[in-house]
Amino acid sequence: MSETALATRGLQKNFGSLVVANDINIELPRGARHALIGPNGAGKTTLLNMLTGMLRPDSGQILLGGADVTGLKPAARVKRGLVRTFQINTLFPKLCPLEAVALAICERERQSGNWWRSLPAYRDTLDEAYRILCSLQLGGDCTRETRELAYGQQRLLEISLALASKPGVLLLDEPAAGVPRNESSALFQAIAGLPAEITVLFIEHDMDIVFTFASRIIVLVGGRVLVEGTPTEIAADPRVREVYLGHGKHG
Amino acid sequence: MLGSMAGILFDGFAYGMLLFLLSVGLSVTLGMMNFINLSHASFGMLGGYVTVTLMQQLGWPFLATLPAAFVISALVGMVMERFMFRRMYRATDLDQTLLTIGVVFMSIAGAAYIWGTVQQPVVMPDYLSGSFLVGGVNIARYRLFLIVVALVITLLMIGGLEWTRFGAQIRAAVDNQRMARGLGLDVDRTFSLTFSLGSGLAGLGGALAIAMVGLDPGFAFAYLIYVLIVVSVGGLASIWGSFVAASLLGICDMAGKYYVPQLGSFLIYLMMVGILMWRPVGLFGKR
Amino acid sequence: MASESESGAAFSPRNFLASRTRWHALEIVFWLSTLLPFVLVPDYLQLASQIAIAALFAISLDLILGFAGIVSIGHAAYFGLGAYTAGIVSKYGVSEPVLLLVLAAIVSGTLGYVSSFIISRFRHLALIMITLGICLMLYEVANLTSWLTGGADGLQGIKIGPLLGTFKFDLYGKTAYAYALVVLFLCFLVCRRLIHSPFGLSLRGIRENPVRMPAIGAPSDAHIRKIYTIAAVIAGMAGAVLAQTTSTVSLEVLGFQRSADVLVMLILGGAGKLYGGILGSIVYMVARDQFSGINPQYWYFWIGLMMVLVVMYLPNGLLGGLEKLTRRWRGKS
Repeated sequence: MSETALATRGLQKNFGSLVVANDINIELPRGARHALIGPNGAGKTTLLNMLTGMLRPDSGQILLGGADVTGLKPAARVKRGLVRTFQINTLFPKLCPLEAVALAICERERQSGNWWRSLPAYRDTLDEAYRILCSLQLGGDCTRETRELAYGQQRLLEISLALASKPGVLLLDEPAAGVPRNESSALFQAIAGLPAEITVLFIEHDMDIVFTFASRIIVLVGGRVLVEGTPTEIAADPRVREVYLGHGKHG
Repeated sequence: MLGSMAGILFDGFAYGMLLFLLSVGLSVTLGMMNFINLSHASFGMLGGYVTVTLMQQLGWPFLATLPAAFVISALVGMVMERFMFRRMYRATDLDQTLLTIGVVFMSIAGAAYIWGTVQQPVVMPDYLSGSFLVGGVNIARYRLFLIVVALVITLLMIGGLEWTRFGAQIRAAVDNQRMARGLGLDVDRTFSLTFSLGSGLAGLGGALAIAMVGLDPGFAFAYLIYVLIVVSVGGLASIWGSFVAASLLGICDMAGKYYVPQLGSFLIYLMMVGILMWRPVGLFGKR
Repeated sequence: MASESESGAAFSPRNFLASRTRWHALEIVFWLSTLLPFVLVPDYLQLASQIAIAALFAISLDLILGFAGIVSIGHAAYFGLGAYTAGIVSKYGVSEPVLLLVLAAIVSGTLGYVSSFIISRFRHLALIMITLGICLMLYEVANLTSWLTGGADGLQGIKIGPLLGTFKFDLYGKTAYAYALVVLFLCFLVCRRLIHSPFGLSLRGIRENPVRMPAIGAPSDAHIRKIYTIAAVIAGMAGAVLAQTTSTVSLEVLGFQRSADVLVMLILGGAGKLYGGILGSIVYMVARDQFSGINPQYWYFWIGLMMVLVVMYLPNGLLGGLEKLTRRWRGKS
């Protein structure tokens, strides 16, 4: 097995008497394509919020590349390459995609404190932003305001913003949420085309997509990891059938 | 020394009850809709002027003007909610702030135009004026009356919130608005009624305030600051929080004015900033 | 030849953004026309300098409110501190206006820097209360320390020397307007650079989505502290210029009315555009001058009505409305 990019040890979180994370231990090797599935309310987004530091776990550890990042703030984790996207579009409505992605690159390159040099002088930053946008088919619309973009384009911009932070580990929270089926495959083609060294963990409800793109699947139920395995193992697992597929989430 | 301290506690508590009536409505509406309504104290001022006008022009007895102050403020609140504020619930903090400051300005200028800028005199009925001594503490009848009224209203509110259907709807809407809507609750109507009740309570507070702190067009702004302090320190949507914060503020303000009058309102502002830094969501706030 | 290869090339993100930062002809016309009062309305130069000061103050508020989205209803704190600093120091022998201006900027900036650590932690109602609270506290302090500030009577004995040792502040306000205009223009240049820089982009990011910022690794708090300090410096300079050109400082410079006035000017003109604050202060100050016969009590009725109408029907201020009109007009023709 190759080295571990992201791991958790005994992650625990309660909201009052409700247990939303119960002794979660996961391990993502570098370059992994893991899917995180589970019924609604299983604690998937909660787990993502804890991994990225937006929510503090009651106990347990989060290790990024072997280093303990449990106490770090979200921005500091991004600087170390742990980047997420959001299930509900969390974009900059009145910035154009070019500005938004340039903003993310400026923050990454620590150019954002400079208040004297004009933005167009940062040629490399802008070229890189444009390159990222083109790679996600947003090149043609990169000067329109974000709020004017079609919904599917906004989902792509979610990913573009994450990519601009040069993630080592990329956490995608239902990247295709709300995108019609025929368009979502294009979105996942883009994700599949990500550089192999990026570790990807994605939450997704569409089982066809999960089985096509994930090399391993983690099933979360009631805040606990029910089972982890390859798609074939998961598909054959009776417990998964019962708690998850049995609910008929997508069909 | 002890006597004066007890006197300050009593006076401060009475003053706090006044602030409580003036602000509790804002606490609930802010908690429910997150709508920053800086014009809340203007409804208090309206109630005050209703009482003044009814007493002076129509010769109503003081007690009879109180329900009128409540009802008229509540009606005006309902109309303004329906035609102006409702459109702003999804607006930014800034827009809400500006809109309601605009209303404050208009209410101050309007009051000055109609009633002039002078302090309004009111003559309290005999049974509410004067004072008596209890264990060396000077108890002003009016302040005692104020405390009793506020306590009765507090009990009514807490009971109403806990035991009535409407109270349950308010709690649901504050707790989780999306869920409440999903369950088929008419949140807009609930809010409209709550807003109107809150404005009415402010109007009642304003009517009760005249005999203690006076009334002039500056009321809408001077008490806005006190109201905001109560709400932000007490925490949003918390009746109990507003009660505690208002009592605390009333007592501190009285004590400050008695012991260190040269510091003016400085202590109050310092207390507010200090508490907010310690607990940004207020003493009893959840979010 | 070079231009041909440029235009023939594919889309250049650099050129696109550069075209946005370039000086527009209208801007140059505007700044040239600020010189007109000297020849056209020499009797109104005092008013013109008041407008320039208000515009500078509005620009300072625009930096935090229009660009970073931090609502403040207590911005007069820094304006007033600057005014008092310039006024008080002038009593103790420092009479060179430029030196006083620098001192005021430093003192206001220091308070801005210290309070920015509080400001950056808050949002929503608490933020509004904190900004108001700081300003009210400062007002009380100025009121209490009447041995230093003159309290409610205003500061007595301000002595402002000639500008750069040469230009005296005359009765007609010639020097006053020239001085206020130069300070305004220089500060404007700095702000204009700032908003087109990567830092300016980050501020807009905070305004547009404070939740996303940490998720792209942005130190939002540090950005907010920085812009808040810069805004405080500029507000302090505006206050100092007021103290110098009028030779008076009273408690009113720290009052809520002043915080509210600047907010109104900025919103009227249009926040987040730099020129919005300038346009708003021109309209507001000229209107107030024209209607000065009205009892100020009633004047605020119209201000209030205007705020309500602007918020409900003109969300981007006068400038936003003008932009919309020109766009519609261009679309038709």
